[in-house]
Amino acid sequence: MSKKKDDKRIIFNSEQEMPLVAMSLGSMLYNKTGAWRNIKPVIDLSKCIKCGICWKFCPDTSIDIVDEWPVVNYDYCKGCGVCAEECPEKCIVMVEEEK
Amino acid sequence: MSKERKMTITLPREELMSSGHLACQGCGATLAMRYALKALGQKTILCIPACCWSVIDGPFPHSSLDVPIYHCAFETAASSASGVRAGLDMVGDKETTVMAWAGDGGTFDIGIQALSGAAERNEDFIYACYDNEAYMNTGIQRSSATPIGAWTTTTPVKHYKKERKKDIIGIMAAHDIPYIATASIAYPEDMVKKFKKAKDIHGTRFIHIYAPCPTGWKSRPDDTVKLARLAVQTGYFPLYEVENGEKWTLNLKIKERKPITEYLKLQGRFRHLKQDEIDLIQAEVDNNYQKILKKCGL
Amino acid sequence: MKKVIMGNHALSYGAMLSRAQVIAAYPITPQTQVVELLSEMCANGILDAKFIKVESEHSAMAACLGASMAGARTFTATSAQGLALMHEMLHWASGGRMPVVMGDINRAMAPGWSIWTDQIDSLSQRDTGWIQFYCSSNQEVLDTVIQAYKVSEKLMIPSMVILDAFALSHTYEVVEIPEQEKVDAYLPPFNPPYRLTPADPHAFGGLTSPDHYMELRYKLQKDMEKVPALVEETGREYEKMFGRYLGQVDDYLCDGAELVFVTSGTAGLTARVVVDELRAQGVKAGNLRIKLFRPFPFEQVRSILSRVPKVAVLDRNISYGHHGVFYQEVKSAMYGLPSEPAIFGFIAGLGGRDITRETYKEIADYALKHDRPEEEIVWIGVKK
Repeated sequence: MSKKKDDKRIIFNSEQEMPLVAMSLGSMLYNKTGAWRNIKPVIDLSKCIKCGICWKFCPDTSIDIVDEWPVVNYDYCKGCGVCAEECPEKCIVMVEEEK
Repeated sequence: MSKERKMTITLPREELMSSGHLACQGCGATLAMRYALKALGQKTILCIPACCWSVIDGPFPHSSLDVPIYHCAFETAASSASGVRAGLDMVGDKETTVMAWAGDGGTFDIGIQALSGAAERNEDFIYACYDNEAYMNTGIQRSSATPIGAWTTTTPVKHYKKERKKDIIGIMAAHDIPYIATASIAYPEDMVKKFKKAKDIHGTRFIHIYAPCPTGWKSRPDDTVKLARLAVQTGYFPLYEVENGEKWTLNLKIKERKPITEYLKLQGRFRHLKQDEIDLIQAEVDNNYQKILKKCGL
Repeated sequence: MKKVIMGNHALSYGAMLSRAQVIAAYPITPQTQVVELLSEMCANGILDAKFIKVESEHSAMAACLGASMAGARTFTATSAQGLALMHEMLHWASGGRMPVVMGDINRAMAPGWSIWTDQIDSLSQRDTGWIQFYCSSNQEVLDTVIQAYKVSEKLMIPSMVILDAFALSHTYEVVEIPEQEKVDAYLPPFNPPYRLTPADPHAFGGLTSPDHYMELRYKLQKDMEKVPALVEETGREYEKMFGRYLGQVDDYLCDGAELVFVTSGTAGLTARVVVDELRAQGVKAGNLRIKLFRPFPFEQVRSILSRVPKVAVLDRNISYGHHGVFYQEVKSAMYGLPSEPAIFGFIAGLGGRDITRETYKEIADYALKHDRPEEEIVWIGVKK
């Protein structure tokens, strides 16, 4: 089913295209929840000690580990601020989204 | 130095919960699911009754989890899971873990009959209750898991909840099931350890997860993990295990418990409390904590 | 092999021969023998099934549905209060397209407590999207359970096999128990189009918006409409293999009749005796016993009743504020046809009051005396 890569919204044009029951056929990646936020986290990598805490506490799995650095996935980050709050080095700052 | 070092990862790497789900910003319930699935792995089937996760997962025809989900009726988390387990056994799958994943409403209240029945039969599944202390999915109405003093839409400020939170661990312990544990999303390593331990046990396993809800608690979304930590550090929600209904083990001994005001003041649902009411709550927390310590032989 | 067994045990044998894999049931009078025998069969290894001794009927159906989603063939049985308690889950079964087969012992609803036969419990559930078979003999009960699995699993719609409390559930009759090998040839193992399996993960039953819900329900109705033809097909197949035809209705001497009783359940067989007696007296009577009630067998009912001037429908139930349910359904089925018979509705036998040949004599007298019904509802046997 999900296999992470599919981010297309599924549309049915007729009942014949629909499964017999309400069952999932794709992932939620089509839903770019980044649009929800007003503030976004910015990580100052120069202060980052690679503790992994921001990655660990993200409720939206929106912090990826890329080449051993934390990288925010802004497509999905809802701007909750947990990462900024939990970062022991205070290297994550929540900044206003540009309008 | 930082360039060569690897990121410290204290949890299993695999993500079985993707982004794009419908949870509120800062939702504790999603962290609970994320950690539980990291511990159990992909060979897991979830029975999710009506609760926030019925909606968080995403609407038909999409899902944010990489495991099969049986969305079931509100009061049937435990009865559905009993059936799924029996069905899997009969079709020759003895490997897959069955987990009932319910909120506090579906566990403490409407689902308690099925839960007690399944526990009495020692049905072979993990029952995980993520507790945000009210019927959040329907808009913050009180449940029997709502603590004393809390505002909810059905316990407005003038009639805030006076009844104690139901002692679900005591109830489950009375069923003598093989494994019970409490967990908090602020201690994911502990939670993962407990779920992994539960996975290898047969019979009914009950894990009570503390999952703050900024929307329902009127707290800041960025305080979610902090609140889950304070709950433990004040002794309001101790971390412990109960095996076979009789062996109680405290997992985290807090030398100097933080005062409950530190926890309460971060939540709008307690804003109306006066000092004498807060004192009463502190006394309750102290009392309950001592009771747990005693059961743990401390 | 012939055995003298009670109706309840006919259900148990049906479930056993159908190789039900998960049974979740809660006891209620007069169903208890169904599950007791199944329990014994599991304990003795005659039936390889998991028997979940749930703590209520609601949990019984919930467990059956969970097991069905996991890919297992499931069975349960209940009656009256238990069936009512399951109501939410009955909708779940049909909407979730889980082909559970359930035995329902038709029993009156409380209060006051009544353990005796009445059709209101199952008829109250007629809108839940379950196939409903009303049986009149223990042989029919056993055979219909097997057929029900075949029909249900082909269309992924749950079925109820219904029998009268005590009048059939506790009545002993001679029943031919089919051989397991032959039943296996008739009914292959359950092979659903989808199931709960980590190898192919799906979320079942999630939030469904107005954009999608209607189509899913449309599909259910369309598949329900295929049931009558499938009942015929599987019924003829059963006849070939086991010598007994299992159809939608039982037409006894309706052809050329001047008055046809429309009946169901055990009262439907009493009617045949009365038809013979009336015929001996020169009255051209007939009996149309309805077995398949949901979906309603429109074609056959219309075809048989449109050639008859008078129809007397016997309901062992009443939908308060309206009429007996079979009467309503027959009347609406016949509406607008070129030749519409005079349809009379009678209520009798509620709460287990006996339906006897005298009941039918009274019905026949009234129907023959009046050209058209004078009262909407005619109550038989009420001490007014």
